[in-house]
Amino acid sequence: MPRGLVSGDTRDGFAAHLEWERALFDARYAVVSWPEEYGGRDASAMEWLIFEEEYYRAGGPQRVTQNGIFLLAPTVFEFGTKEQQDRILPRMAAAEDLWCQGWSEPNAGSDLAGIQSKAVRDEQAGGWRLTGQKTWTTRGGFCTHLFGLFRSDPEADRHRGLTYFLVPLDAPGVTVRGFGRLDGDEGFAEVFLDDVFVPDGDVLGDVHQGWGVAMATTSAERGLTLRSPGRFMATAARLVDLYKTRGADDPRLADEVVHAFIDAEAYRWQTFLTVTRMTDGENLGAESSLTKVFWSDLDVRMHEVAMEILGAEFDHDDSDWLKGYQFALSGPIYAGTNEIQRNVIAERVLGLPRQ
Amino acid sequence: MRFAFTDEQLAFRDAARDLLARECPPSYVRSAWTGDGVDARKVWFALAEMGVLGALLEASAVDVILVIEETGYAAVPEPVVEHAMVGVPLLPDIIDGQHTITASDDPKCVVPFADRADRFLLLVDKRLVLVGQQGVVALDNLESVDGARRSAIVDYSRVETQFSERETTQAFDRGALGTAAQLIGLTRRMLDMTVEYVKERQQFGVPIGSFQAVKHHLADARIALEFARPLVYRAAWTMSEGDPDASVHVSMAKAMAGNAALLTARKALQCHGAIGYSYEYDLHLFMKRAWALAAAWGDAAFHRASVGRAIL
Repeated sequence: MPRGLVSGDTRDGFAAHLEWERALFDARYAVVSWPEEYGGRDASAMEWLIFEEEYYRAGGPQRVTQNGIFLLAPTVFEFGTKEQQDRILPRMAAAEDLWCQGWSEPNAGSDLAGIQSKAVRDEQAGGWRLTGQKTWTTRGGFCTHLFGLFRSDPEADRHRGLTYFLVPLDAPGVTVRGFGRLDGDEGFAEVFLDDVFVPDGDVLGDVHQGWGVAMATTSAERGLTLRSPGRFMATAARLVDLYKTRGADDPRLADEVVHAFIDAEAYRWQTFLTVTRMTDGENLGAESSLTKVFWSDLDVRMHEVAMEILGAEFDHDDSDWLKGYQFALSGPIYAGTNEIQRNVIAERVLGLPRQ
Repeated sequence: MRFAFTDEQLAFRDAARDLLARECPPSYVRSAWTGDGVDARKVWFALAEMGVLGALLEASAVDVILVIEETGYAAVPEPVVEHAMVGVPLLPDIIDGQHTITASDDPKCVVPFADRADRFLLLVDKRLVLVGQQGVVALDNLESVDGARRSAIVDYSRVETQFSERETTQAFDRGALGTAAQLIGLTRRMLDMTVEYVKERQQFGVPIGSFQAVKHHLADARIALEFARPLVYRAAWTMSEGDPDASVHVSMAKAMAGNAALLTARKALQCHGAIGYSYEYDLHLFMKRAWALAAAWGDAAFHRASVGRAIL
């Protein structure tokens, strides 16, 4: 297990993380829940949770391949042709192709259906020409491929007329400009597309049906696959350790630490319940929004408690809490802000009327 | 691992749910406040007949936890947890519905549903003791925020049995677990009532449930429910398995369930507006039960402190 890696959201750190990702792949631990033919172990969902718990308990680093293996891959399994699966998945698992997400645009964030980047049909060449701008693309500056939504039918309704494309970032007409996140790392990128040709074979799902295909991905992102309980249990355990070594009998802080620990346990057992229901064939749909609000708020709170325990030391903290806090603050924003998630919970879980 | 209930456990829950929907509507709960119900104990005897009250003699906590949750949903005005969860395993000879046990961990010997019981389990010098009807000198009625609880201080002259420290701890855990399950039921009830209300109630020409401010209140309550419930089921399961950490699991469950119920009570009241603040409307029957139960068998701070002793 590599220790003390520089953040994978920097150029140097990303390269170091790739070595780790390839070591994981060689040991067939990169994508344990995938079929064996694509580099996995056919692990069940419950086995995958166990793997995740052990990975983070052992201090395993962030997965810089996550947007491919956890977000795009489930969509490829569900909507991809056999040819696409055979072509895309093995290279993704081996961290040869590195995927970033092309959802947001300057004028389409929470209102994802407002995207304006266009796909124009090129019948003669047998494909599409993409023009527009994507932004907030995590690790876009270091990745090789982008998956994203483009407006293929400007006449159709907002949610119709979108198509899901797979785009190599070295294609002619693509420009990627990295820029800094809150913590200063170059983790973000803008991706400009100027008449970029994409062949029909790189359309995922049906033409003009991209919204439904994309929702499968965002549901995975909000829910289980992106943020398994193992991550938060590991943070809660680190918080307990921090309190024990620095806390010195402060009952209020002790109570905060315990509260966070119980919440992490709650997330773990809610996940066991959820995975059992999924295994039984239930479709959970919008319920993943419940999970996203809970883990993102919990992650922020755990870091705030650590901040209090560390006191002034937090300012020059070398134990990852400072870095972790800045990352945790993105949780309530990305993958659909928590405000959007609460709307989804109210409308699609509780059945309240739309605005 | 499968973390789910068996078909039998779900069927037991469904039977109890149907019974309580029929026999224990809000009007029945309200009649317990005044004590003028014509057939005041019909729900108790129906639960006895269904096998709920003596269930722990044959079955384990995980087999009854969903039924206990339903008695919370219906705010049954009877000492279900005190009798079935706390009392019966200690007093296995009285399960035939002829007797009613109440119990409490209150240091001043305040027990709920006092006028319905003939067996009292009290916490005296950190041990549970049994006081029978003959040992009671007086029941001094005490106004409880939840009038259906009919609380009283037990003044007694004679103790029949003193239970061991271990028996006391286990009984306390069962009380906290059962109460946590009832709090989950109450949370669901208050949420259901409020969702229905905000769909119907119109202001500014639209249902108030279409406003984001209202939606976000109720989404927060739904989240609290979502994450409290599995901890209650986990504690029921580990208790049934004799897991040595079950007591810590119960504490996690009670802390989360109490918080979920209190949060949901606030959100429910706020989203109802003035109607929820009126005595004639039924919300307060459930809200006040939630307040009482959040404090019973250890409140959230008490249980977090217990967890803290285990992990810090």
